Amino acid sequence: MKQERPKKFGMVIDLDKCTGCGACLVACMSENNVPFKPDESDKLTSITWMRVYQLNNGKPYPETDICYLPRPCQHCEGDHGHSPCVSVCPATATDYGMETGIVSQIYTRCFGCRYCMAACPYHARYFNWWDPVWPDGMEKYLNPSVSVRMRGVVEKCSFCYHRYQTAKDKAIYQFAEGERDSTDLEEDEYQTACTQACPAGAIIFGDLNNPSHRVHQIAQPDEKHAGRPKNPKAFRLLERLGTNPKVYYLSSRDWVRRAGDNYLEGEGKLKRH
Amino acid sequence: MDTALIPEGVKRDPLWKFVLKLGPVVAVLIWGVVAMLLCWIKGLNQTNMNDYYGFALWIWADLAVIALGGGAFFTGLLKYIIGKEELKNIINFAVLVGFICYSSALLILAIDIGQPLRGWFIFWHANVHSMLTEVAFCLSCYFGVLTIEYLPLILENRQLDRVPFIHNLSHNMHEIMAVFAATGAFLSFFHQGSLGGVAGVLFGRPFAFREGLFIWPWTFFLFTWSAAACGPCFTIMLLKITEKITGKKLVKDDVVRLLAKIAGWMLFTYIIAKIIDTWYWAAVTAPSKGFGLMEFYSNNGFYGIWILILEVVVGGVIPALILITAKGRSNPKTLTLAVVLAVIGVSVNRWAMVLQVMAVPVMSFDQWALYYPSWQEVATTLLPVAYGIILIALSHRYLPVWPQERELNPVEATAGPVSAEAAPGAESEEETSAEPEPAPAQA
Repeated sequence: MKQERPKKFGMVIDLDKCTGCGACLVACMSENNVPFKPDESDKLTSITWMRVYQLNNGKPYPETDICYLPRPCQHCEGDHGHSPCVSVCPATATDYGMETGIVSQIYTRCFGCRYCMAACPYHARYFNWWDPVWPDGMEKYLNPSVSVRMRGVVEKCSFCYHRYQTAKDKAIYQFAEGERDSTDLEEDEYQTACTQACPAGAIIFGDLNNPSHRVHQIAQPDEKHAGRPKNPKAFRLLERLGTNPKVYYLSSRDWVRRAGDNYLEGEGKLKRH
Repeated sequence: MDTALIPEGVKRDPLWKFVLKLGPVVAVLIWGVVAMLLCWIKGLNQTNMNDYYGFALWIWADLAVIALGGGAFFTGLLKYIIGKEELKNIINFAVLVGFICYSSALLILAIDIGQPLRGWFIFWHANVHSMLTEVAFCLSCYFGVLTIEYLPLILENRQLDRVPFIHNLSHNMHEIMAVFAATGAFLSFFHQGSLGGVAGVLFGRPFAFREGLFIWPWTFFLFTWSAAACGPCFTIMLLKITEKITGKKLVKDDVVRLLAKIAGWMLFTYIIAKIIDTWYWAAVTAPSKGFGLMEFYSNNGFYGIWILILEVVVGGVIPALILITAKGRSNPKTLTLAVVLAVIGVSVNRWAMVLQVMAVPVMSFDQWALYYPSWQEVATTLLPVAYGIILIALSHRYLPVWPQERELNPVEATAGPVSAEAAPGAESEEETSAEPEPAPAQA
């Protein structure tokens, strides 16, 4: 069946399932040729497309509770594609894909002004402060589908866009060969590396516009309210800013859901964590 | 040795003394050039910037020098468009300061980008939605205008002016300078505003975000306003420093007071607008995003509410009140105090709108990030300062920057148009070019 609406790829991350094991980070770095430094102790200059934050409820033992929150690029839609970073890039080096909802980064066009980093409230964008240096022999293990980035440009999570391209190419070929009815991708034909690597199955990926996809069913995006989740257990990070992200988080814990945004003193019992 | 190049009828230091005085400044310049080359060759890992502080000292320096260089466009507007003729006696210096500020901003931007060789992409792949694109276009164009405005001054160097073509060229350029002044004012309105827009449009950063008019956040208008107010203050401040160093009065008090009065009223009205903007942001905009005012000023080791007080009260209200009163601007001490405070105020505003924006955590589980610049960042930021001092010194020495200097500092003329190098006066402590005829007034 041909899908008429453009796709809007997004993610649901179940924080009640996430154990903070870091498999998503490793898979992401490996899949996307993310460079690393000999000394990674200074995280402010580390490149982690997927970063896992540890949250706590701020209460003393025995009421202490923690939560791990994986944070990829939120692929914000903003208002009609004017996501915080896309609208500010002076050289159109980052773009909002209206057909996929994916925020791209064009490494060969980026000239490293870092305005997009200043615009992103999620710190999902990273600058290449150094040229990538791989340990001897590791070049052979780099993913040939993903270009490595040079010093002086910004990079970020692409929702493994190269996988989408590969799946799409395959579908077009199969369609031309008469092996399938349409070039539309099935849910499992395009999945991100972090989704597949998560041992707890906490990360779910798919098309938010497709009612048959799990992300749509779980998040239940409310199109009348810029995709706000109808699922009472679901939330998006910094919903109040109007960034309109496509990464949804799930938690049964009230304090976790509240940690996803900022509230004034009178608006809730739980403030900063 | 260089007497023939010095404007007629003014005294200057002997060349050896001039060179010696500039020695330390040249040393700073070389230090800055070394740091600049390090950044270009080794990359931005030479800085202390990081992924939280993608914008840091350099962007602040850019915003600050562009605001302070606003004296050029605003004085030009007052002189050529509004018709404040008295300002012809300070317009050359205002243009010179503007030229230095804008060339410095362009230089710093060239160091600040990660891939300097791709800098032209901002024009080639321009994103019309980005405030930075507008900044790049208007800033580059306005730098061109400033160059055109500065050029006649260079062409009026005593030796160059002897060439009939150059003499006529500079004369004719003066004739049409109003066109460039108007162009400069137009361009400045947009790029000064766009620099305000750079922060104001960041709807992901509640500390910076402002609502506004159509596509322009209120910071757009506030930045232009503050540049028009504080740019002339910076011009006056540098004039006072130049007068102190040269030991001469270079511009008459009535001219300075007129500019100070206009700047004062601009500052007074600006600071009212700024207070209203701050109040609305603190009471409406930020709370709508879940932030109380004091969250932006607490739980960190540097950014306290003092910074807002320093900007608005010390660097805004106080200098404005001094400058709008005749008594305040007539007293040299309070006048100097006021212009210095205004310069501090606008610089603190730019600092807050760049570095504090980066420092404030937005996600509830994130933390404040503080930063201090590396020596390479400091050196490259001082580089334009050193370059500016050198350019002012060279212009002061060889170009007719000050139309009132001879009147204010009469030189005892030797009889007849004697070649200065052959004249006995050339061997004295200060070199004198002794041709008594007055130079054409600067337009």
